[in-house]
Amino acid sequence: MSELKQELKEKIIEQLNLEDIAIDEIADTDPLFGEGLGLDSIDALELIVMLDKDYGIKLADPKEGRKIFESIDTMAGYISEHRSR
Amino acid sequence: MSKGVAITGMGIISAIGNNVQENYESLIGEKMGIDKITQIETIHKDEIMVGEVKATNSELEQRLGLEANTYSRSPMLGIIAAQEAIRQAGITDINDYKTGLISSTTVGGMDKSEQYFFEYFKNKEHHHHIDGLHAGDSTQKIANYLGLEGSFMTTISTACSSAANAILLGARMIKSGRLDRAIVGGTDALSKFTINGFKTLMILSDTYNTPFDDNRKGLNLGEAGAFLVLESDKIVEKENRAVLAYVSGYGNANDAFHQTASSDNGDGAVMAMEKALKVAGLKPEHIDYVNAHGTATPNNDLSEGRAMIRIFGEGKVPQFSSTKAYTGHTLAVAGGVEAVYSVLALQNNRIYPNLNFKTPMSEFNLLPETESKEKVLEHVLSNSFGFGGNCSTLILSKEA
Amino acid sequence: MKKSVYINSVGSVSAQKTYDNSTFLDEIVPYEATELKVVDPDYKAYIPPAAARRMAKGIKMSTVSSQTALKEAGLENVDAIIVGTGLGCLDDSAKFVSDIINNDEQFLTPTRFIQSSHNTVAGQIALGLGCKGYNFTYVNSAVSFESSLLDAQLQIENSEANNILVGGVDELVDHHVQSHQLIGHFKNEPVTQKTLLSSNTEGSIMAEGSHFFVLSNEKQASTYAELKGVEIYNSLSLENLSSQVQSFLDHSDTELEAIDLVVMGNNGDSNFDGYYDSLNQGIFKYTPQAYFKHLSGEYDTATGFAFWLSSKIIKTQTVPDIVKLNSLEKPPKTVLIYNQYRGQNHSLVLLKKC
Repeated sequence: MSELKQELKEKIIEQLNLEDIAIDEIADTDPLFGEGLGLDSIDALELIVMLDKDYGIKLADPKEGRKIFESIDTMAGYISEHRSR
Repeated sequence: MSKGVAITGMGIISAIGNNVQENYESLIGEKMGIDKITQIETIHKDEIMVGEVKATNSELEQRLGLEANTYSRSPMLGIIAAQEAIRQAGITDINDYKTGLISSTTVGGMDKSEQYFFEYFKNKEHHHHIDGLHAGDSTQKIANYLGLEGSFMTTISTACSSAANAILLGARMIKSGRLDRAIVGGTDALSKFTINGFKTLMILSDTYNTPFDDNRKGLNLGEAGAFLVLESDKIVEKENRAVLAYVSGYGNANDAFHQTASSDNGDGAVMAMEKALKVAGLKPEHIDYVNAHGTATPNNDLSEGRAMIRIFGEGKVPQFSSTKAYTGHTLAVAGGVEAVYSVLALQNNRIYPNLNFKTPMSEFNLLPETESKEKVLEHVLSNSFGFGGNCSTLILSKEA
Repeated sequence: MKKSVYINSVGSVSAQKTYDNSTFLDEIVPYEATELKVVDPDYKAYIPPAAARRMAKGIKMSTVSSQTALKEAGLENVDAIIVGTGLGCLDDSAKFVSDIINNDEQFLTPTRFIQSSHNTVAGQIALGLGCKGYNFTYVNSAVSFESSLLDAQLQIENSEANNILVGGVDELVDHHVQSHQLIGHFKNEPVTQKTLLSSNTEGSIMAEGSHFFVLSNEKQASTYAELKGVEIYNSLSLENLSSQVQSFLDHSDTELEAIDLVVMGNNGDSNFDGYYDSLNQGIFKYTPQAYFKHLSGEYDTATGFAFWLSSKIIKTQTVPDIVKLNSLEKPPKTVLIYNQYRGQNHSLVLLKKC
């Protein structure tokens, strides 16, 4: 699980061009959206593509993403439960 | 000088008809143009519905006397609509007055560019499409077809409010005396580019779009060409033109809220409607019918509904409907398509139904018209909103 | 009574070091190339990292040039934002198309699509400023920038706005250069500043740039010049060109002899530079002449560079030697810019010292 969390942090930084943020600056429980990392609805759509491409998880409704992408913890939990790759 | 700018001709080709008459018949006959995609090969063909013009490229080429695969689809749709508009206005020499062409598009010749993007480097066969990528190319092709020379010509691209802005600019240029005549509108053909682009935003419905319905699932993309002829009072008088209606008000504002989404309270939309009413010298209660942008995305319909309530007052929103359920969302052309429909509404004293509506939205008490109705109309307000916060409103009136 | 239109500030990112308003072509960037990139300013000094992470190059360049223009005009906001762009943020569009083809329409991400929307620069500037006013984007090839100028002129003359941010932007993109080299729109052989006009080959050299200006109804200390006229013609024949220029000047109440400098859009394309030659050897034979595309390169909104150049020339009352086409000299009070691209989309822009 901690490996997956590390992987997610790397991917989020790369995929969303968060050049000024280092991996160890993101805590597992930090909120990714709003006050925390400051991600927005377009980032959520980017993350939905990442779920599909890298883990074989398809979301039909962008609203589903809100709960999943709350933090690295929630993301890792959802992915390990639903991943097909 | 009259307040409004005269509309003396119009032309349209859309999913519900190849000319103005066919479009009107579909509107009152409640005939939708939404179906599975047939003209573009896409892996998403089973998950989306679109409003395609019911003609293949070869049929359009034949109609225009073009050789096979010389033009992309957007300029062809534009030429057909512009020609009809000019014919209706009774123009025989396009250069007899100071005439401008103001078109709009989002993708221009993208349908061909995406097809031959890498092939260009392998063989020469499709090299004539290379220069068709830029948005101004479709406008130049329309100008050439109409025989327009030494004239003002430009193209607007403000996403889904583009054609409304073309009409706005044309009206302003005539009012200021810069032009005597403006041919205004837009053209956009479907492409893989837009289908996939809107898919990434997850706002495409997999079934018929349902504007202002609580269970709306998103939009259906459409394609169309639509043009109006605007003429100065001088031409109208000299040439004894039959005036179809007047562009009496226009407003343009920016929501400045988000790159793609509208603000929850519809600030930009409110400002655009306010400006249009001010230009027209009208009060909200003078508006008899609103042709809403109503794309059937969760975001637009909520934002636009709230904006309408803010402008007209709770319980005082005039009869309104979105015609996107008929045509799909024709992107740049939407404001042009809906200006044509608004003029037809004024001419025939007719309100079109908001098809596919079942459940009122939970956020407010707004019910779109669900049946085709006769009503004496003096002023119709038409909204168009787009990415980048672009919000535009037109007011079309029976009298100047 | 129509109001006068003043150019109150400039901001420019181009293939020359133009982003610093305190200099004026003091050092020229040499090249031997078929394409020209901009001299990049330190974007980080203008754009916070969180905002920059999704920005296309066109938006970055325009953030710098628009901020420069706003700062010089002493404004925090404007009544309207009007942008011209021939191709929008083309790099993202080209990548989105490649992704569609290479990934068979799967795993596509929204950012590239959103940036591809032609109005993304105008929208982002509005978002950054919180500007809810009039917002427009023109996309008509070589007259995209002039369309914006004309719209702004119309609004200021008719008292619809006081201060307007007007600009033009285009990006240099490999696929575009390479595909247009196939059809002779861009040169296949490298040229230099000195050889561009004498290359005697077809096509030009593609470049990029972003130029923004504040146009206003009020003159102030920073004012560069007055904008006296803008006109656009979809087509003009060589035979009608001179009479059209004459009629434009008549319309702007300006005598031919009053023109102190003509700034010509020669781009070294042997097929189309004849338009400029016919004026230079004809009605402007006795007028000081200048050119600029050997410095800026060719792109749809390159006339933004010409507008920057002309504004600077009028304000400083100096014509840099590097832009001179002939040896005639006059104090530059009235400057006319003429441009066309491949025989289409002609434009005339007239500026006056005020």
